[in-house]
Amino acid sequence: MARTAIPGRLTWRAATVTAVRDETPTARTLTLDVPGWPGHLAGQHVDVRLTAPDGYSAQRSYSLASASPTVELTVQVLADGEVSPYLGTAVKPGDQLELRGPVGGWFVWRPTDPAPVLLVAGGSGIVPLMAMIRTRAAAGSRTPFRLVHSARTPADALYATELARRTRDDAGLDVHHVWSRTAGRLTVATLNTHGWPPDFAPACYVCGPTGFVEAAADMLVALGHSPRLVKTERFGGTP
Amino acid sequence: MAIVSPGFHGRRRADPDLPPGQYLTTDFPVLSAGPTPRVPADRWQFTVTTETGAATTWTWADLTAMPARDVTVDIHCVTKWSKLGTTWRGVPVSAFLEDVDTAADYAMAHSYGGYTTNLPLDDLLDDQAWVAYRYDGDDITPEHGGPVRLLVPHLYFWKSAKWLRGLTLMLEDSPGFWETAGYHDYGDPWREQRYQGD
Ligand SMILES: Cc1cc2nc3c(=O)[nH]c(=O)nc-3n(C[C@H](O)[C@H](O)[C@H](O)COP(=O)(O)OP(=O)(O)OC[C@H]3O[C@@H](n4cnc5c(N)ncnc54)[C@H](O)[C@@H]3O)c2cc1C
Repeated sequence: MARTAIPGRLTWRAATVTAVRDETPTARTLTLDVPGWPGHLAGQHVDVRLTAPDGYSAQRSYSLASASPTVELTVQVLADGEVSPYLGTAVKPGDQLELRGPVGGWFVWRPTDPAPVLLVAGGSGIVPLMAMIRTRAAAGSRTPFRLVHSARTPADALYATELARRTRDDAGLDVHHVWSRTAGRLTVATLNTHGWPPDFAPACYVCGPTGFVEAAADMLVALGHSPRLVKTERFGGTP
Repeated sequence: MAIVSPGFHGRRRADPDLPPGQYLTTDFPVLSAGPTPRVPADRWQFTVTTETGAATTWTWADLTAMPARDVTVDIHCVTKWSKLGTTWRGVPVSAFLEDVDTAADYAMAHSYGGYTTNLPLDDLLDDQAWVAYRYDGDDITPEHGGPVRLLVPHLYFWKSAKWLRGLTLMLEDSPGFWETAGYHDYGDPWREQRYQGD
């Protein structure tokens, strides 16, 4: 495995919310102005820290949704969550938060990577994969990308309009949706049909709730993909 | 200075047993970089290799015949969750080092699947680290690192290598998998050593 550069001290930075955009009824994208942002790779995340008036604080990780140097986070609200309801409903433009990053040098895609790419997303697990799609477009890369996105219903699918536009304009990008409420969970057959043959040695990125990632990564290995080419990011939830 | 969010109240479950920046979970989340390797216990082996290359290997039968300890410990994942009072059965790492001739100060834990993580040897001795093979009264499931994982609960949980297959003793420290990707070489949750430079 290649050694990545060790980043300097990851200090907490003040970020200002400059725009807020609804993605679905339960997910929002925050655009942040982060003075001194060093830039990031597609797939990396930040840690966000919220502090209450009495000093109590909580931290969570959020993937960068945007191509560098723009800093955008998409937060899916979990109804009983501690942090996501605040970021996903209460925060407004002009508010400040603390964040540090970018973090993570493994679950990343670089425009110089030559292999075809298979992205497999469950729910909000699409966020870092969208950063890869956007980074590919921004870099003018022609690396073939396929995305299989499982979401509960069409109304729950993040970035659906943008993905429809991008696939229309770009022959190198394919997107397949699985609506899990009606079609059930992701299956080996779907990954076989809408992924790449293992012979192409694609770089596979799997992201979503832990149970989804466990299942999808196992399916890719069962289809013959080398475990070394399957990178995973688990967002949480019970396996 | 911290930025205060007036509308944020959090969950008020500040707990003296939690290191800074951690929150309590009753689930058992999973952090791994790739698919879960599946290693049958009867094919599992554990090898300690010294800095001179001398190697000693144990099988599942060897491991489960050794004097084991039942321990109840708190675990802290760098992704911010902590789980308190988890119960494990394992053999102290020291038991595998008793007859080993070494001047090493560091160890690299190796896993099935290629994962590695580095630790000071001192942190593996005494009652601090176990080669664990049962969790909560059952076999350890593959997602949680079974059949056998390292358990080093006083450090962030990525140091507790899942699917453990060996320890390589080293004279000098060298970064493992997450450490190479920017995570801290030591990883003390109470000093919040998440990333290099913390
Ligand atoms: C590297 C990384 C990147 C992440 N990127 C994103 C991102 O881009 N967008 C995003 O919305 N979230 C992301 N997450 C998840 C995020 O960090 C929080 O876990 C999530 O927002 C829930 O926090 P909370 O405080 O609202 O809920 P909590 O109060 O922490 O949890 C409430 C309940 O929900 C469960 N739960 C936690 N996470 C999930 C989940 N993903 N699915 C189902 N149940 C869950 C918990 O087990 C708990 O029972 C990422 C996580 C990691 C580790």
